[in-house]
Amino acid sequence: MSKQLALVIDLNVCVGCHACVTSCKEWNTSGWAGPLPDTNPYGAQPSGVFFNRVQTFECGTFPRTETIHFPKSCLHCVDAPCVPVCPTGASYKREEDGIVLVDYDKCIGCKYCSWSCPYGAREFDEIQGVMKKCTLCIDRIYDTSLPPERRKPACVLACPAGARLFGDVNDTESEASRAIIDNAGYQLMPEWGTNPANHYLPRRKIKMTLHKDELVRADNPLKVEGELPKPHFNAPSIDEMSSW
Amino acid sequence: MQPAFSVLFLTTLIGVGQGMLVALVAGQWYYVIGSGEAWESDAFYAKGAAIALVFLAAGLLASFFHLANPQRAWRTATRWRTSWLSREVVVLPAVMGLAVIWAGVHWFEVKPVLLTFSNEKSLDLTMAVGFLAAGASIVLYVVTAMIYACVRFIREWASGWTVTNFMLMGLASGFTAAAAYAALSGSRLTDFLVAGAIGLTALAGVARAAHLWRNLHLAPPSTLRAAIGVRFEPIRQITPGFGGPSFNTTEFSVHGGAGSIRGLTWDFFLLAFLLPVLLLAAGGLSGEGPFTVFAFVLQLLGLIVERWVFFAQGRHVQNLYYQAQG
Ligand code: SF4
Ligand code: SF4
Repeated sequence: MSKQLALVIDLNVCVGCHACVTSCKEWNTSGWAGPLPDTNPYGAQPSGVFFNRVQTFECGTFPRTETIHFPKSCLHCVDAPCVPVCPTGASYKREEDGIVLVDYDKCIGCKYCSWSCPYGAREFDEIQGVMKKCTLCIDRIYDTSLPPERRKPACVLACPAGARLFGDVNDTESEASRAIIDNAGYQLMPEWGTNPANHYLPRRKIKMTLHKDELVRADNPLKVEGELPKPHFNAPSIDEMSSW
Repeated sequence: MQPAFSVLFLTTLIGVGQGMLVALVAGQWYYVIGSGEAWESDAFYAKGAAIALVFLAAGLLASFFHLANPQRAWRTATRWRTSWLSREVVVLPAVMGLAVIWAGVHWFEVKPVLLTFSNEKSLDLTMAVGFLAAGASIVLYVVTAMIYACVRFIREWASGWTVTNFMLMGLASGFTAAAAYAALSGSRLTDFLVAGAIGLTALAGVARAAHLWRNLHLAPPSTLRAAIGVRFEPIRQITPGFGGPSFNTTEFSVHGGAGSIRGLTWDFFLLAFLLPVLLLAAGGLSGEGPFTVFAFVLQLLGLIVERWVFFAQGRHVQNLYYQAQG
């Protein structure tokens, strides 16, 4: 199978700090895929282009509730529905690594691709008049001037909790694939047949079951706490050497 | 979805232009297969085609206002293999080109006989080009409608009704426009075109009602549970991740929402279908041209409202992720 780069996002770990959002914005607005302009940034209704957003959901009914922080960016779908609808060919999926990109020099800004993304992953840049979206930091991950461990998307490097993994999801030996396999990683809305490359790791309940006999020490039948009596050096022992 | 005025004008105006071409070609054919002696002048068809061209060109012009980078518009013709939007960009100029040729052969009366049938009827060049223009117009209805009908993430649009309705409403408005033109120029085709306009308008109204009825009973396409992949229900969004508006909240929803949609639905049924049928009937019976002109103006207005409702009613799957608006 050909290479398919993607992100794996661990919802069990994400604390909703938005570090990935700000580092993405910072890296991409100043880099190859930029700018990511803002309109009215200091006003009451600021708006702007972001490749990555962290949303927050509440599940359950009080008092049994749970907060889920949910980072969302382009999922680099294997069967990306946004690509064939583009009339200019500006939207394309790279053969070599499966990254879905927009060529800003070809895009006419018709917004048709955004209608064909069920995840709301594309954001229109009103100022440049072209469609923008996550590039998986294509200008970082192949930059040989960076040390190899830094050739990762900005969001992955920024996450203080380590909730984001990056790698080839078609290579079963990659860290990303192992995480998906080991933790039952899943895709968003698989029913649309988009086959997203990005995966999410579910919330895992960390629960310990204690049985009654685990509450008392089996090797202390008299339930007397304190130093154990020290038998004589020559007292009989199991290994017939010494009780010490 | 947020209706863009450029697209409302594009789809309704080219619909009129295409429909008018079909109506005039149908009129010409009606005389060819009908009585031998009653003819409409070539100038009538040529001028009618010119009016249709004005509508098509106006629609094309409107579409440019939708593009943020219109200087690259030529690129949109390149992906016709996969994109309905690209196909429209190819077919619309083809229709306009054929309309120009059809107007030309009529105006200059270039009408060599191409085929003669055993019943002594013959196919001349004007009729042949007319068939091509009308056929291309019909294809363009399908192509335009498929731009919307193929967006499977908007259930309201992803239906054969979208195609049926774009075609029927376009034809209805085109026949009404042709009837108004014929009535004003005192053409012998007026009765034929008025009858066609009444029939198509009534049919379009019924089909549009059927589409609305279908959309009332759509199951939600996906759930928040599938959207974020969490099984712990109920799920409620606290924040979409930002406080102000964003592309995903402005492009995919409409201000005023359900209230305006309901009100405008009644308005467009009245304006686009009911009143035009009555006015056309009045015009047909009394023979007064202005009735049909008035019918056309109301119908065009009604169809623009209809298109607004069509867009506003489309609910996109991505809205699942943008429920708590900042
Ligand atoms: S997430 Fe949306 S924009 Fe990204 S590849 Fe999939 S359909 Fe296209
Ligand atoms: S907005 Fe740009 S990338 Fe999207 S479909 Fe239109 S031309 Fe293609």
